Amino acid sequence: MTTYIFRRLIQGIFILMIITTVSFGLTRMSSDPMAQYTLGRISAEDRARIRANLGLDRPLYVQYFKWLGLAVRGDFGYSITNHQPVSTLIQQRLPQTLVLMITSEIVIIVLSALLGIYSAVKQYSLFDNVLTALSFVGYSLPIFFIALMLMFIFAVQFKEWGLPYLPTGADIWDFKDPRELTLHLILPVASLAIIQVAAYTRYLRSSMLEVLSQDYIRTARAKGLMKSAVVMRHALKNAALPIVTLIGLDVPFLLGGAIVTETVYSWPGMGRLFWQQAGRGDYPTVMAILLLVATAVVVFQILTDIAYTFIDPRIRLS
Amino acid sequence: MSTQESKKSIISSLAFDPGRAESVSAPLSPGQLAWRRFKRHKMAMGGSVGLILVFLFIIVGSFLYSEKDANHVDVVHRLTPPSTTNYFGTDSTGRDLFARIIYGGQISLFIGILAVALALILGITIGGLAGYLGGWVDILLMRFTEAALSIPSLFLLIVLGKLFGSEIPTLRFLDRTFSGSVIVVILVIGLTSWMYLARIVRANILSLREMDYVAAARALGASNLRILVAHLIPNTMMAIIVTATLGLAQAIISEAYVSFLGLGVQPPTASWGNLMDQSISLIQRGVWWMWLFPSLFIVMTILFTNFIGDGLRDAFDPRSTRHL
Repeated sequence: MTTYIFRRLIQGIFILMIITTVSFGLTRMSSDPMAQYTLGRISAEDRARIRANLGLDRPLYVQYFKWLGLAVRGDFGYSITNHQPVSTLIQQRLPQTLVLMITSEIVIIVLSALLGIYSAVKQYSLFDNVLTALSFVGYSLPIFFIALMLMFIFAVQFKEWGLPYLPTGADIWDFKDPRELTLHLILPVASLAIIQVAAYTRYLRSSMLEVLSQDYIRTARAKGLMKSAVVMRHALKNAALPIVTLIGLDVPFLLGGAIVTETVYSWPGMGRLFWQQAGRGDYPTVMAILLLVATAVVVFQILTDIAYTFIDPRIRLS
Repeated sequence: MSTQESKKSIISSLAFDPGRAESVSAPLSPGQLAWRRFKRHKMAMGGSVGLILVFLFIIVGSFLYSEKDANHVDVVHRLTPPSTTNYFGTDSTGRDLFARIIYGGQISLFIGILAVALALILGITIGGLAGYLGGWVDILLMRFTEAALSIPSLFLLIVLGKLFGSEIPTLRFLDRTFSGSVIVVILVIGLTSWMYLARIVRANILSLREMDYVAAARALGASNLRILVAHLIPNTMMAIIVTATLGLAQAIISEAYVSFLGLGVQPPTASWGNLMDQSISLIQRGVWWMWLFPSLFIVMTILFTNFIGDGLRDAFDPRSTRHL
């Protein structure tokens, strides 16, 4: 087990090295860090001096290793457009993204567990059929469509109809006020959650059906246990196993979805920061976020694999 | 599906059922069997009809509206809601949304198909090499694949979109002018969507290369390349077709995402994605037609393509007895 974890960590670090190398090359090729200095009238000597000061005259691989050396110590340099340390920028944005992601994940798990179990227990009922059809459609919907539609109905139209409406996010609001935070969270969380709920409901339904048809369930029923007790105590435990793997794999989806959701709802998070700064060619910020995102994905993959062995003793990692 | 029905469908999917005269008279090829299963897949057939209708709409539509109509700016009639003259309304510069959806659809589907083609080339090459050569090549290529999978594709799309999108010339093709960003988007999507394909091809080849017929081919003196191209890749074709079909839906979504975020296809060339790029700010002024119609077309196309992909997967799987 220890050797397995160790090996996975080494692999993970190797993967992160590939990612940082490639993305460093890509971001540096895509935007000239000196572009902002052409705005003012700067002489050629001054440009050369600034380049040398910033270390931009050295070969790209030297710049990469310097960047990497500082990055592992948490120093991502200064944003080119904001002139603030990148770590400050990210610290400002990270909590909001985490609030959005964690709330969405909780909603996803609770809702899909409820719907999936009910759907499996009432197999082929009207509810089950409608839900199966809806989840197939929901799974195919792009996140911007859901986000725009929810915004149009619950923020724009409800306001017009004089009903209690939800904010679009374009207003100025206080992140620390729990009431305002909740109101502003509802629509972004819903747009992030709908697609995953659709996917997991289908998943949990089929895994629940598989478990329900097994012998030990029949035995439990035969010895006189109530159906609800069998479903909740015996079946759910085994049926929920695959969900654990999916939660770990949700991280990239939620991070990617956050870009669109945060953009549509003006949510002051990291995804929107990434989109804005990528458009402005702010490569230190872009690199820092890419590294964070990739690390999160890699770490969660390893954690998922390890967690799985604890939950399911039949699985041995080698 | 009741047990009675499912029993029936299990029986009917067996080619050698004595109750079916034609099965007895001539054994069917795997392809014919797959086609038969596909035809019985209601959602897949519905999806095929739907997708054909979408294609018809954007092809026939371009005879009714010229591209000049689609790019015609009419500031007096900006942001008019749908009416009998502008079926889907007009955008913020008064361009007719109906015509733009026709031409945007052509661009979106063109991008989708070419991006999938690029992803196919990359995925099959990388997966094939990794699976067949094994050893260090395999380890390196698969770590690279994992690395590419570890960044959510939207992040990659944005970085690459910015990388290639800085200087874009205008292209002329078939007497029409396109923004060069179309090519950029094809490259960007193709470069970010080959990973699953590579993994599937590799996994298939790993299991296939242990087969007896590969040993037989080698005994007959076939070269590595010949075994790979003539024996291994054709046998993974079914998995490749299914992945490519589902990949088309994914490519259309990806185009919509980057263009929606303003880093994709650049106006005046329309695409389903960039028709919506102003809708976030306009939606608060009650402008609903600018996001609803393009996204409906995107959603329909994705749904139909996914239905077809699902049907193909079931049809190609000889053990499949599922008929929705």
